[in-house]
Amino acid sequence: MIPRRSFLAGLASVGAMSLTGCDAQPPTYGSLLRTADLLTYNAQRLLIPRTLLAPEFDVADISSFPAIGTTDPGNPHRSDYNAEQGPIFDRHRRAGFADWRLRIEGAVARPADLSLDALRRLPRRTQITRHICEEGWSAIGQWSGVPLHELLKLTGASPTARYVYFYSYDNLVDCIDMVDAFHPQTILSYGFNGSDLPIAHGAPVRLRLERQVGYRSMKFVRKVVVTEQFDDFRRKGWVRGWSWYAGI
Amino acid sequence: MLPDEKRDLSKSHAGKMMAGSMEAVAIAERRPAWIRWTHWLIVGSVITAMISGITIFVAHPRLYWGQAGNGLIEPWVELPIGPNYGFSPWEDHRAFAIRPDAITASRTAEPFNQNAWARSLHFLAAWVFVLALLAYLGTALFTRHIARKMVPSRAELRWAAIRADIVDHLRLRVVAGHGASYGLLQKASYLVILLVVLPLMVLTGFNMSPALAALIHPIDLGLQTARTIHFLCFAVLILFVIVHVAMVVLTGFRRQMRSMITGR
Repeated sequence: MIPRRSFLAGLASVGAMSLTGCDAQPPTYGSLLRTADLLTYNAQRLLIPRTLLAPEFDVADISSFPAIGTTDPGNPHRSDYNAEQGPIFDRHRRAGFADWRLRIEGAVARPADLSLDALRRLPRRTQITRHICEEGWSAIGQWSGVPLHELLKLTGASPTARYVYFYSYDNLVDCIDMVDAFHPQTILSYGFNGSDLPIAHGAPVRLRLERQVGYRSMKFVRKVVVTEQFDDFRRKGWVRGWSWYAGI
Repeated sequence: MLPDEKRDLSKSHAGKMMAGSMEAVAIAERRPAWIRWTHWLIVGSVITAMISGITIFVAHPRLYWGQAGNGLIEPWVELPIGPNYGFSPWEDHRAFAIRPDAITASRTAEPFNQNAWARSLHFLAAWVFVLALLAYLGTALFTRHIARKMVPSRAELRWAAIRADIVDHLRLRVVAGHGASYGLLQKASYLVILLVVLPLMVLTGFNMSPALAALIHPIDLGLQTARTIHFLCFAVLILFVIVHVAMVVLTGFRRQMRSMITGR
């Protein structure tokens, strides 16, 4: 009997090759649903110019904005509390994130530990964009932060790098490809609607990924790792089953 | 919604074969393969899209107009469907200094949400649907199928004719094989579904994609407006499917199904 899983994975890679060649694919797809996600990924990468901006709005368009998912990684009474990272986050929060550092490592020439002040001194981008949640709701908010490509330049990311991974204080792992990593609107945001980023919205720093659905914009980022490999973390934990690419 | 059935013996092989028979009934024109294939591909993908679409919708059964709509914004309508109806577990409300009439609040519980598989299944169905619809509309326009079979003649658009067709339908006095062409209401419903509802479904679907938003910004309806129209199209489509299937049953289920499957 032909294992169904590998047959469908094969189908997925055929679909991938027919569109963009087989070298640039996240090898994470083993079902019919993932095949369609991969087709969408390839089609959108093919059709949409790499640096084309997501729509931006005016201050008058800013709307009410829910905070969902993890709204406090330092609260041990919540079900999403992580015993390893939670206490660390709580300590940083009590100190006003003064000793907090963003770790950048992996396929970079100069790994770095950047403080919030160091991030604020780097070139800043402010954008008023639409947050589109997979649940069906949307909100408009203003985000300020350092473009990810500035951090990649600063740390000397390898030209052969293919993915940028993010690790959070609520113990999530996610990654984006280099098209998204170098997109001008992909920022690590420390400001929201003119103030410091609130805890509920992912303090001290969260990712903004404006051309994908909201769940890809990770909150509470603690570490950035540049890699040449794709690790299929989505088979584990709560993220299991959610499409890696969510441009639709 | 009758399929056309031409009874033209002169052109029919079957007619010649049954020449000795007393009931020389023959169907001259087979339903072409491209109609049958696209019809069933659209049926399969639309059913899949409806099941996954309802699953996605009940995660947030509220509809809004404009760009922004969420649990902290008054909806246009909230449908009393599913476990998330009336779901409003918010705490810690704060206004934004930059725009004090906009607020934030933290959600204290997780809603019912099966969108991991439902979204992926919805877009799998959407791929099949869009390709089948393009194939259908392309062929139907190129072969003048729509112009010949669905655009009403001037005579049909007289008030008396319209009224007669409505009265026939209301009395369920719609018989199969009464002529070579579709009825007026049938033509109108096919035209509205094929040229308005289904394309609008696709366009409003595209309008909700954050990646495509960069491309279609100039014709952006507003994200929540697009979602609401997407839902209203679904409601019209459900109505159409009910009436369509009812008409198939009323006009001879076995014969109609055979015609749409084998063409005869």
